[in-house]
Amino acid sequence: MARNISYQQAIGEALAQEMERDQTVVIMGEDVAGGAGAPGEDDAWGGVLGVTKGLYGKFGDRVLDTPITESAFIGAAVGAATAGLRPVAELMFIDFMGVCFDQIFNQAAKFRYMFGGNAETPVVIRTMYGAGLRAAAQHSQCLYPVFTHIPGLKVVTPATPYDAKGLLIQAIRDNDPVIFCEHKSLYTLEGDVPEEAYTIPFGEANITREGDDVTIVTLGRMLHVAQEAADALSKDSINCEIVDLRTTSPIDTDTIIESVENTGRLVVLDESNPRCSIATDVSALVSQEAFDSLKAPIRMVTAPHVPVPFAENLEDLYIPDAEQVKQAVNMVMGK
Amino acid sequence: MSNSIQAICMPKWGLSMKEGTVAAWLVDEGDEISPGDEIMDVETEKISSAVEASESGILKQQVANEGETLPVGALLGVIGNADSSGEDINAFITEFQANYVPPADDEEDVGAATENLELEGRNIRYLKKGEGGSPLILVHGFGGDLNNWLFNHDALAGQHTVYALDLPGHGSSSKDVGEGTIVNMVEIISAFMNALELDKAHLIGHSLGGAIVLSMAITYPEKAASLTLIGSAGLGEEIDGDYLNGFIAAERRKDLKPHVEKLFSDPALVTRQLINDLLAFKRIDGVQHALEKVLASFAPNGKQSNILRDKLKDVSCPILVIWGANDRIIPASHARDLADNVKVEIIEGQGHMVQMEAATKINQLIDDATT
Amino acid sequence: MQLSKDDLLKAYRMMKTIREFEERLHVEFATGEIPGFVHLYAGEEASGTGICMHLDERDKIASNHRGHGHSIAKGCDVDAMMAEIYGRGSGLCAGKGGSMHIADLSKGMMGANGIVGGGPPLICGAGLAAKQLGTKGVAVAFFGDGASNQGTTMESLNLASVWNLPCIFVVENNGYAEATSSNYSVSCDDAADRAGAFNMPGVVVDGHDFFAVYEAAGEAVKRARDGSGPTLIECKLNRYYGHFEGDAQTYRGKDEVKNLRATIDCIDNFRDRVTSAKLVEKEELDTIDAEVGKIIDDSVDKAKSAPVPAASELTTDVYVSY
Repeated sequence: MARNISYQQAIGEALAQEMERDQTVVIMGEDVAGGAGAPGEDDAWGGVLGVTKGLYGKFGDRVLDTPITESAFIGAAVGAATAGLRPVAELMFIDFMGVCFDQIFNQAAKFRYMFGGNAETPVVIRTMYGAGLRAAAQHSQCLYPVFTHIPGLKVVTPATPYDAKGLLIQAIRDNDPVIFCEHKSLYTLEGDVPEEAYTIPFGEANITREGDDVTIVTLGRMLHVAQEAADALSKDSINCEIVDLRTTSPIDTDTIIESVENTGRLVVLDESNPRCSIATDVSALVSQEAFDSLKAPIRMVTAPHVPVPFAENLEDLYIPDAEQVKQAVNMVMGK
Repeated sequence: MSNSIQAICMPKWGLSMKEGTVAAWLVDEGDEISPGDEIMDVETEKISSAVEASESGILKQQVANEGETLPVGALLGVIGNADSSGEDINAFITEFQANYVPPADDEEDVGAATENLELEGRNIRYLKKGEGGSPLILVHGFGGDLNNWLFNHDALAGQHTVYALDLPGHGSSSKDVGEGTIVNMVEIISAFMNALELDKAHLIGHSLGGAIVLSMAITYPEKAASLTLIGSAGLGEEIDGDYLNGFIAAERRKDLKPHVEKLFSDPALVTRQLINDLLAFKRIDGVQHALEKVLASFAPNGKQSNILRDKLKDVSCPILVIWGANDRIIPASHARDLADNVKVEIIEGQGHMVQMEAATKINQLIDDATT
Repeated sequence: MQLSKDDLLKAYRMMKTIREFEERLHVEFATGEIPGFVHLYAGEEASGTGICMHLDERDKIASNHRGHGHSIAKGCDVDAMMAEIYGRGSGLCAGKGGSMHIADLSKGMMGANGIVGGGPPLICGAGLAAKQLGTKGVAVAFFGDGASNQGTTMESLNLASVWNLPCIFVVENNGYAEATSSNYSVSCDDAADRAGAFNMPGVVVDGHDFFAVYEAAGEAVKRARDGSGPTLIECKLNRYYGHFEGDAQTYRGKDEVKNLRATIDCIDNFRDRVTSAKLVEKEELDTIDAEVGKIIDDSVDKAKSAPVPAASELTTDVYVSY
């Protein structure tokens, strides 16, 4: 049954349905319930932005508030995953990965390989990323390229409520470590989401708009910026094809190449900083695999090589917008 | 003003359609048009199809341009006759545009939203359209849903109350198919009619839905006012097992597309959105299992197992069998040499989804058979 | 406390196997045939053995870079371990992990770890899993005085305590973290002093004394299984070899190791105690010595003649599915 719910509700629903279905799924993180040990309400927060509200009431001690000790509880989630649980740990802000990165990239990502195939680490780490809430430099980054770089991790970046629910259910059922990246500015975005549980496979990009003139490859919140740009460009008779990656690892190379072979022009739109980003990754991939199809050099649209500023006007300048995408498209179109 | 001037408007295909894009005009100004002629190709979010003429006359003016996106109900063109003058046409257009109100963004057709029933412990989604006249029940086929009838709901609702439901395992109905047999499905339809206090209805089924309604007419003859079987299962052994198995097995767009294209006579109808919608359906928990069960029951090993051909002669209500001559899923040969009490219409140039691709014709045939 | 004769022989065999394994590696490594780094456990056997004697298939351990002893004590296959250290396809980790990542999850050995302090958080996880799944299993983290300073360790002690996890944290304090003494780097005299800060019992034991370790471990395991929470055990002990093989250990005193071997060797101690108490005959222990010697010899021969992993193995087992 289809109905409109928010990205945030879609994530909460995915968690609730999977916890219902599988007793080994547990949630842990800072304030995922909130109120632990305090005299007031249990489930006082349900996550800093309310995504996990209500789960404590349903699932009790399978929803674990943690002390602010990422290396311990992310490491615990990883260890528990090798010992029979399917933990969904919340790293509240992706910017905090510094304090627990070892547990993710040296432990979780590598067990299966280092142990000769004799380990499975079905852990999901949900984390918030992205600018737009004036949360400044240490709470606004797009660090998914760093995780994408690591063999052994899978990285998921849903752009819509439908994708968020299906990809999170897929992530929980997946037997490899998954970093599930939620853009904090998308939490209130509403969309059509089936009530039933469903999955979306990893490594399948979604073409949200078909067009023959230029391919825009993008992900996360930038999908909506791309759509805005494409709407404006269509009035100038430039028809954009938009490829929403959905997952950066695995990445849907086939769909990207197929699209570029058709359009001959590529703009990559990525909110992260420019060096070693998904923009550079996709650009290099396409250069190598589809060079002969290109009618123009590839253009990348990203944030600048700066930390995220606080002042509202500066943050707005930092985040790539539809106008920048339009300019990049016009460049590849030779206009 | 000549009253032989008619408007061609952007149709509404399905509940969610708000607007369509004119892909191509298929007739020129000055061409003669007959009912059923394809006038223009239109693309929507969900599907691409052709607008068919419902009137005869001459296309006097192409109002909409190729590439233009217009809301449902908007003026696309004007049909007149040899006497219609340029002034009359212009006046008609001006008046139409002055009075035209595009549908609001959040407007729902009153009474046309889908509803739900609890039957035999399972949720069944259905659509009801139209009032009065005799009830029609539209039953889709394997892997489909009530939107397989999206070009038929409105047209038939003019003269009847039209019901279209999602079978268990399909659409938005419960994915619990029980044993997945045709008998199970018949019980659901029977319970559906009981719940809605429909003593008797015209039963119209496509593909597997055909076998279900035929089986229903045999089991509950008192409930069937008439039968219309379209590209129906149950009338012979042959069926494209590769299509059925491929449909179930396909997990990605590339794998699913070639199978879905087999359903249509015009593969251009198979838009990316159509494939996406089918994949989204297949990815719902329980669907794979449901489809496998149903298939194992009605067509294991690439052959149909429930052949009711010989029972047709014993069905007392009127029977109409419609088939696309080029049906690649269930061969049109199944429509031949049926019992004497069966009326047969084989549509040249059409495939398995004939009720969608030749909707005007099919709607006319059903109307004639049920009024 | 009473250990049966079988248990005493089992303990001796375990310690002797570890000792022979490590001593042989010391010799073989010097020939240059073994790739990478090895970190030898010789001298510390009583710690791993005393604790692992209490564990069964429900229980998990996580180790550090000095992990061969823990692996053997938890029942990992010696031949497969040796082959792994030699980087062969028949190794415990198919030759893809090596000495620092030696693991066998089927035996509850969650891995040696190349990251100092990598084990304790994983053990919190194993403890959590045991609790959630109701297995009554316990989870043991083995780490050194160096790791006892790591943030991950502190956080894990805190987490195990607030979540009341069935965990045992074992500090094997051999007085040196790489080339830096614990005198210098550990702010308290006994790492066990920190236990109170995390609201759990902390005990110091003589890590050369199997029986002392065994007794302390027994209490900690019982506490954990009973649901009474975690314990910190500090085994004060010594390593005979360097931080890694190749470390000349010039930071240690002259004859320091020589004296240790002569005076406080844990295997010699054990042997003396059980034979003088007439719990076991000298000959029975000698027999074990000979058996173990042969097992180690065979494991080295097998490892040396085993093929390296196939080239195709380079890209396998990164993911369950991709």
